[in-house]
Amino acid sequence: MNGIHNVENVSKIPVLVHDLTVAYQHKPVLWDIDFEVEEGQVIGIIGPNGAGKSTLIKAILGLVPKTSGRILIYGEIYKKQRSLVGYVPQRESVDWDFPVNALDVVSMGLYGKIGWCKPVTKHYKNLAMFAMERVGMADYAHRQISQLSGGQQQRIFLARALAQDAQIYFMDEPFVGVDAATEKAIVTILHDLKSKGKTVLIVHHTLQTVKQYFDSLIMLNMRIVATGLTKNVFTQENLHKTYGGRLTLLEEAVQAYTREARIHE
Amino acid sequence: MNKILLNIYSQLPERTDLMRVLLLKDYNTRLVIVGVMLLGLAGGIIGTFMLLRKRSLMGDAVSHATLPGIAIAFMIMVANGGDGKFLPGLLSGAFLSGITGMGLILLITQTSHLKEDAALGIVLSVFFGIGVSILGIIQKMSKGSAAGLESFIYGKTASMLTRDAYLIAGTAMIIVVLCLFLFKEFSILCFDQDYAGTQGWPTVRLDIAMMLLVVSVTVIGLQSVGLILIIAIMVIPAASARFWTDSLFRMVIIAAVIGAASGLFGAILSALFEKLPAGAIIVLVSSFIFSVSLFFGYSRGLCIRYFMSWKLEKKVSRQHLLRSICEGIENFDKNLLDTQLKKCSQRPGITLDYLLSDRSWSKRKLLKLLAEAISDDLVYRGADDKYHFTEDGFVEAKRIVRNHRLWETYLIFYAELAPGKVDRDADQIEHVLGHSMVDRLERLLLSEQPDSVLLPSPHPLADEK
Repeated sequence: MNGIHNVENVSKIPVLVHDLTVAYQHKPVLWDIDFEVEEGQVIGIIGPNGAGKSTLIKAILGLVPKTSGRILIYGEIYKKQRSLVGYVPQRESVDWDFPVNALDVVSMGLYGKIGWCKPVTKHYKNLAMFAMERVGMADYAHRQISQLSGGQQQRIFLARALAQDAQIYFMDEPFVGVDAATEKAIVTILHDLKSKGKTVLIVHHTLQTVKQYFDSLIMLNMRIVATGLTKNVFTQENLHKTYGGRLTLLEEAVQAYTREARIHE
Repeated sequence: MNKILLNIYSQLPERTDLMRVLLLKDYNTRLVIVGVMLLGLAGGIIGTFMLLRKRSLMGDAVSHATLPGIAIAFMIMVANGGDGKFLPGLLSGAFLSGITGMGLILLITQTSHLKEDAALGIVLSVFFGIGVSILGIIQKMSKGSAAGLESFIYGKTASMLTRDAYLIAGTAMIIVVLCLFLFKEFSILCFDQDYAGTQGWPTVRLDIAMMLLVVSVTVIGLQSVGLILIIAIMVIPAASARFWTDSLFRMVIIAAVIGAASGLFGAILSALFEKLPAGAIIVLVSSFIFSVSLFFGYSRGLCIRYFMSWKLEKKVSRQHLLRSICEGIENFDKNLLDTQLKKCSQRPGITLDYLLSDRSWSKRKLLKLLAEAISDDLVYRGADDKYHFTEDGFVEAKRIVRNHRLWETYLIFYAELAPGKVDRDADQIEHVLGHSMVDRLERLLLSEQPDSVLLPSPHPLADEK
């Protein structure tokens, strides 16, 4: 899987990470990360708290400096491919009391296309509205963002990334603390993106839903434990390696595993 | 006592002075007023972004950090044979030392484990201390008079010259234009810096540009407002504006207007009372506007908030009352509610005592609610001394009971889905849950009693237990 690719092949791989190490103040957070993902898949990044899941996608997006390693998006460095990449940050990462409405936030996904110093014209507002419709939030376009529920805020973030019309999406724990309608909206969007050949990488921590959501997995605990198709790598052994001695999490993992196993028998 | 009053009285402006200032007869007064107004305008605009970027304290530290620059510039100019009072020279010194202070804050926070507040405290006090020391040394120097340099600390509008006003006007213009053109860029930076970074926006450079504008306002305001209070003309108008609107663009405009108004009235007042420093007066005027905004701000002022919660409480109480009456009647006989069977006037009522025991409301509160419902023509008091629904009241009560029961059912049967939705208004049940879910819930409830007028309750009512 980590063999040497020729240039033509590399340019077809949505995300290729080679030998990535990230350290915060001399303390390595990620070691020797090697993986590549296949186009048109929904890929889960799972691992215990502190495993470096969010750091991994932040490193790929250039938000935290990498100590070493190479990251290629369709064969080029990220800086050259920014327009191909959409990002859905954790909901808690911003101040929801900011004086903007939902439509303004979604429009931010289009600022790059609009360009320097130009106002957001009607055309772009329509594009943003379209993205809001896709996540079922069109009715809330003019709501101040602090008046939205947590799930609605998550859908706004999703719409912002969708408005950008990227090829690859990185989502940081989009399912955390959301209501059923939002969960359903996100799953629908994921199917939709997949059918259009887009690639989605999601940081996730509820093991119960892993098999249901993800085609492939990156199992992470500071280093890569396993990568590959969910049906091949979501095994008790790998879960044990990933979650190690963290008992409660391990139990949850085993439960999830046995439940899934029973269903598939 | 009399002496003090007399003293104060003698400080009041003469009528002729008043007219002279108000009619802008003096060239110098006119200059000061326009200059300070433009300063307030620029401060309000850049202050809004600074506030939203949570950089207010950094602005304060940076303004204190300008003092050593002023003192050093003075010394250099004196050493080169000048009199040391050349304003552009002094302000350049202030600008450079302000930027140095800002750079140091960023350096400390990024290279050490110290948090930003510590870095701000260090830079603010160290720079201000150095500035005050150098000023002390200057006082003892033989050459040149340092008199007047202290006015940069507290501000002194009267010393404003034509060229100073031009400087302020020019800088204010640049700030307005830049903030207009970079509105989108600044707003994405303030809201979500990381996301802006992934979108290819040069966040560090935008951040520096924003802070440079903050330093610029500080520098042009040094002379009139002084470096201690200059932060107020950026923070207070922006903070006041937040109470009036939820839109960033409007917030910028309102902050600009509040800033300009504070400058205008501050300058007029300080021209009338010559002993009062303009900086302090401007801050007092803007604080007054802030208090008004805090209480009466249309968007999140205390009054509107109080009014909203009062309205909500009223609505909830009304719903409780109608539901109590409805369920009380239902408890006695389910069929009695049926409109098909009975005319409005024949429908049974409910006694006050029953209602009183139904919920934990006081008698006074209940009577008040009933009186309000009667005046809204939802309920009337019959000859039997019982409370009955009017036709409108019954329709409304039926709707409330239905929504309430649907919500209860939803919470009972779909409890795992509920968090995040339960806080929604029961009135909007279709809107929140969708029509298909509401249909499913209705079927669930009606399956037990298919012909009831009201949706049956998912649990036994209080009195049936």
